[in-house]
Amino acid sequence: MASSPASYRPSSDMMAIAVIVAVLAAVPVVASLVGDPFLVKIATRVVVFAIAAVALNLVLGFGGLVSLMHAGLFGIGGYVVAILAFHADDGSRLFDLFPGTTELSIGLPLAMLVAGAAAAVMGLVSLRTSGVYFIMITLAFNQMLYYFFVALQQYGGEDGLQIMSDLTLFGHAMIGRMPFYYGCLVALALVLILVQRLINSRFGMVLRASAQNERRLTAIGIAPLRYRLTAFALSGAIAGLAGALLAAGQQFISPAEMSWVRSGDLVVMCVLGGMARVWGPVLGAAVFLVLEIVLSGWSTHWQLAFGLLIILVVVSLRGGLIDLLHLVGRRGAPR
Amino acid sequence: MGAALFTEQLLNGVQLGVQLFLMAAGLTLVFGIMNMINLTHGSLYMIGAFVAAALFGHTGSFLLALVIAVPATALAGALLEAAVLRHFYHRGHLDQVLVTFGLILVLNEIVKMIWGAVPVPLPVPQLLSGSVTLFADVTYPSFRLAILGVGAVVALGLYAVVAHTRIGMWVRAGASNRDIASAMGVNVELIFSLVFAAGAALAGLAGIMAGPINAVQVGMGEPVLILALVVTVIGGVGSIKGAFIAALMIGVVDTFGRVLLPPALGSMMIFMLMAVILAWRPRGLFPVHG
Repeated sequence: MASSPASYRPSSDMMAIAVIVAVLAAVPVVASLVGDPFLVKIATRVVVFAIAAVALNLVLGFGGLVSLMHAGLFGIGGYVVAILAFHADDGSRLFDLFPGTTELSIGLPLAMLVAGAAAAVMGLVSLRTSGVYFIMITLAFNQMLYYFFVALQQYGGEDGLQIMSDLTLFGHAMIGRMPFYYGCLVALALVLILVQRLINSRFGMVLRASAQNERRLTAIGIAPLRYRLTAFALSGAIAGLAGALLAAGQQFISPAEMSWVRSGDLVVMCVLGGMARVWGPVLGAAVFLVLEIVLSGWSTHWQLAFGLLIILVVVSLRGGLIDLLHLVGRRGAPR
Repeated sequence: MGAALFTEQLLNGVQLGVQLFLMAAGLTLVFGIMNMINLTHGSLYMIGAFVAAALFGHTGSFLLALVIAVPATALAGALLEAAVLRHFYHRGHLDQVLVTFGLILVLNEIVKMIWGAVPVPLPVPQLLSGSVTLFADVTYPSFRLAILGVGAVVALGLYAVVAHTRIGMWVRAGASNRDIASAMGVNVELIFSLVFAAGAALAGLAGIMAGPINAVQVGMGEPVLILALVVTVIGGVGSIKGAFIAALMIGVVDTFGRVLLPPALGSMMIFMLMAVILAWRPRGLFPVHG
């Protein structure tokens, strides 16, 4: 599932990350040249979901754990920010204890903390199992989170929760789409660098080894559970950050963002982009979301094409879009 | 909670459990024998309900719709297995998840293209539209009682086939160890195709019976699929007995959870039950594989 350690060239991966971030940074410039502000909106969505997909890929691509609960964790992050803003707006207290806030320097870390803790608790149960069981349990947990927020009538239930007041970062109102986009991009860059460094550390080695041969790992005296659980909690925290950014950006969060289909979408983004590289899911998220917009504008039955495309990718493009890049690269400069 | 309400809710719970069992029976055997995670099982549930609704629209007979739609769903399942799923038994679970996920999108969209996005009516059959007085002041809708009866009969029949016939023995052998069963001369591939078609028929049956109670609409199978997955996991993958017990448990716990607890907690009950059971027994209540 993950590629062998020998094929890792950290420097070229850092280069790829730099190129991706630079390209994304240029989007607003292009948007203003073309005069299409909608581009920035799409790019923000791409960056936010890219963060979530990179988070998922930490456990999926490098840990070999097929988690279908990441949309739930993503949604938790979004709800933390939205619920804090809700209480700040109407002056009531959360659990009759804490005042709300619209300050993102509190909201974002808290979103990561809550999502990470939820991932740790549910991960502890899920990681006792493996294979098919793990997939089904994470799917069930995703639905549990979904129904939990559907049932929370105080926070909008199925209709979702609107953020009425303006959110701030260190006291500055986040006016305008552009600063927010760049903020998200910085978050993506930091997450990419963090995960890249992590998977090349000893921790990352153990995690990747646990995906390849658990028995061998155990035989040399390393119990994989601690590593998997840590990775799962961290992955959940980052997914929570992405959800919080989504909620902050669109001033709205609803259980629809947490449906299990969303979890499936995140897995598709990872596979589509390529799971063997930290930055693969960024490509996957970009292609997925752009394709979604293009296809849905083209036909109301776009999901048919989308479903077939997913099947096609699984059948033929095992390494994701990264494989295509390599093919093109090889043709350009034969080794 | 009075005795009357308690009885009614208990019957509702058992009825939900029976329906879940019809779904989970196919799932658990497919998982058990081929180690294949099949998310399209919910689509078969949907297809059964839609075919029945269409037939009912043409003929006006619920019974006729039922009798034709169940084999039709079995056929759809067999086609799906032969055309696509068969090629993924030897792939990893991730590939299986993705392919069946893609298939759900495709099948949902095909159903939407044929029947539209609006729910299709499938009314309760005339004969069963009333309600029955069980005892004293407890009345219960006949149709729900019929679901309970049909489910119980199917469950018993399934148990008899799996536990007491030669084919059932092959199925159990395949679920417990496919390679050894194959080496002992069991045609596991054929058995599996049959099991898949039978599982599809049961899913279709569950969908048809749920049609008049819930709505016949696109995506109706997915919530049920996930409950059936929970049942499968709790019962132990590959175990019919486990699926039956877990299905009743989930049906009753879910029904009472929603009645007795605040909604946010009630909707989470079955998942917490699952978490507790798996923390205690990671391979479910009745694990088949050693």
